[in-house]
Amino acid sequence: MTPFKAPSVEYSLIAPVLIILGVAVVGVLVEAFVPRRLRYVVQTVLALGGTVAAIVETIIVFNRLNLGDTHPGSGRLAVMGALALDGPTIYLWLLILVIGLLAVLLFAERHLEGGLLSFAGQAAALPGTDAEREAATKGLEQTEVFPLMMFALAGMLMFPAANDLLTMFVALEVLSLPLYLLCGLSRRRRLLSQEAAMKYFILGAFSSAFFVYGIALVYGYSGSMGFAEISQAIGGRTGGHGLLLGGIGLMAVGLLFKIGAAPFHAWTPDVYQGAPTAVTAFMAAGTKVAAFGAMLRLFYVAFGGARWDWTPMIWVVAIMTLVVGSALALVQSDIKRLLAYSSIAHAGFLLVGFLGIRSLVDISAGEISAVPAILFYLTTYGLTIMAAFALVTLVRDAGGEVGHLARWSGLGKESPAVAGLMAFLLLAMAGIPLTSGFTGKWALFAAALAAGAWPMVIIAVIGSVVAAYIYLRVIVLMFFSEPVGDGPTVAMPSIMTSVVIAVGTAATLVLGVVPGPLLDLLGRIGEFIR
Amino acid sequence: MSATPFIVLSAILFSIGSIGVLVRRNAIVMFMCVELMLNASNLALITFSRSSGTLDGQIAAFFVMVVAAAEVVVGLAIIMTIFRTRRSASVDDASLLKY
Repeated sequence: MTPFKAPSVEYSLIAPVLIILGVAVVGVLVEAFVPRRLRYVVQTVLALGGTVAAIVETIIVFNRLNLGDTHPGSGRLAVMGALALDGPTIYLWLLILVIGLLAVLLFAERHLEGGLLSFAGQAAALPGTDAEREAATKGLEQTEVFPLMMFALAGMLMFPAANDLLTMFVALEVLSLPLYLLCGLSRRRRLLSQEAAMKYFILGAFSSAFFVYGIALVYGYSGSMGFAEISQAIGGRTGGHGLLLGGIGLMAVGLLFKIGAAPFHAWTPDVYQGAPTAVTAFMAAGTKVAAFGAMLRLFYVAFGGARWDWTPMIWVVAIMTLVVGSALALVQSDIKRLLAYSSIAHAGFLLVGFLGIRSLVDISAGEISAVPAILFYLTTYGLTIMAAFALVTLVRDAGGEVGHLARWSGLGKESPAVAGLMAFLLLAMAGIPLTSGFTGKWALFAAALAAGAWPMVIIAVIGSVVAAYIYLRVIVLMFFSEPVGDGPTVAMPSIMTSVVIAVGTAATLVLGVVPGPLLDLLGRIGEFIR
Repeated sequence: MSATPFIVLSAILFSIGSIGVLVRRNAIVMFMCVELMLNASNLALITFSRSSGTLDGQIAAFFVMVVAAAEVVVGLAIIMTIFRTRRSASVDDASLLKY
């Protein structure tokens, strides 16, 4: 027996994750000890402050690791090799934290529901009962949503940084479990919301069981949980290839479920529609960014040596995702479902870029390789979709948000500003030039093309043409159709939602007009470390 | 002792669990089937840990158990809420979200 050695933990380097986890734990204590009327203010300040502190800390870590100015491949392992702090990780941390900050602002919006949060006043009170009405008249609020969100955010931070299978699994669950609960906490249309939570939970638990069995098989093949050792074992081609293939396939199920790729996308539209819109925005942006980061690291670092085995699988999944996302978005009649299918299609585009993997030696200077292209696309997609969902929360009638597209007709007359911003964001999702969507797609397709995946790029281009029709349909509806009945009303948000919309739209515009600086930065931060 | 029988057993348990999730309609039973899948994974992890002579798999099995416990808390809370609202835990009844 070797004597037990205490693990070394680089607290200063992983401070952003620790801050968010700390805020979450303190948030739980606030629920227990702070008087009810103060909780909203305390929780909001805590969540906002914690996220801003974590962003500052991430920038400090970025500078300490000299990621901005050194040769590619810098970065280091932390916590006994459990977390890899390299360029992509730190960049994804920044992106996820910014998304988290915007999500806190959306969560804390109180203007739209007459001075209350848009979450169920008391989750335990049944819909349509006296208890629920009493909770409403008393003005109860479920401020637990803030600590829950912070736990999910911490999981999202750990997920792309995880450098062994066990850490990755724990991060996946820390990310998912609070989100299952948050989905069921809508103030309006609670049956839909609860149903969304149940569907998300059952399917999520099912997919993570596949993920665990995949971990077991990969562990059986390589005899280790660490990505570097797995990569070595694959390089050495020690026997039991079937174990490895089975393991890769099962782990891919778990990850593809989280990013919402077909054929594991079935939960996406239901959950996006049923969940409170603030949660949907957080999920659509944050989960996709974190899960894609994790998938990149797992497949490039751990399974990179078996690339010829998993590439065909990703081809099939990418084509299916593009087709399903674009085709089914055509027939949607609800704006949230439409955005959900659009996010499936975006997952397809990201998978196209994912096929752009090449070894570093093949890439000539100045070319965009797959990792920076994907990171850029995640940035543009995440910020655009946050702003789009924030706009969805504004279009309302007496019953709450109006999701049905028929009720969106004539929105341009009611509120040119909201309809105009929405139109701009939809154009960005379609990939029209001068928006970030165009630059993002261009970078992705360039990377895939350079790696020789041209059939994929052709399919993706056709997919984006179909997608453009979907978004144009909504724009035509908003500006050139007569309102049905009274038409929708547009609520005035507080400064919080306005900030989210402003930041998202500004990022969409700026990254579309001057993408150079960010692309340069992403090119310089280097690849994943091994 | 050969590891193969244990791996075969864990594969059988995993298959029973996943088929159960697909064919059963009661949310609680589906959830139990997911737990069976997790336990099958634990068996595989421990078997591989034994055959490779490393401890990682056994430690991972503990983590899977902890996560499964946390999942029970969240899952039962969600299923309970649905049951109290609808007086039914059947996943076929919860069908408001479609198309």
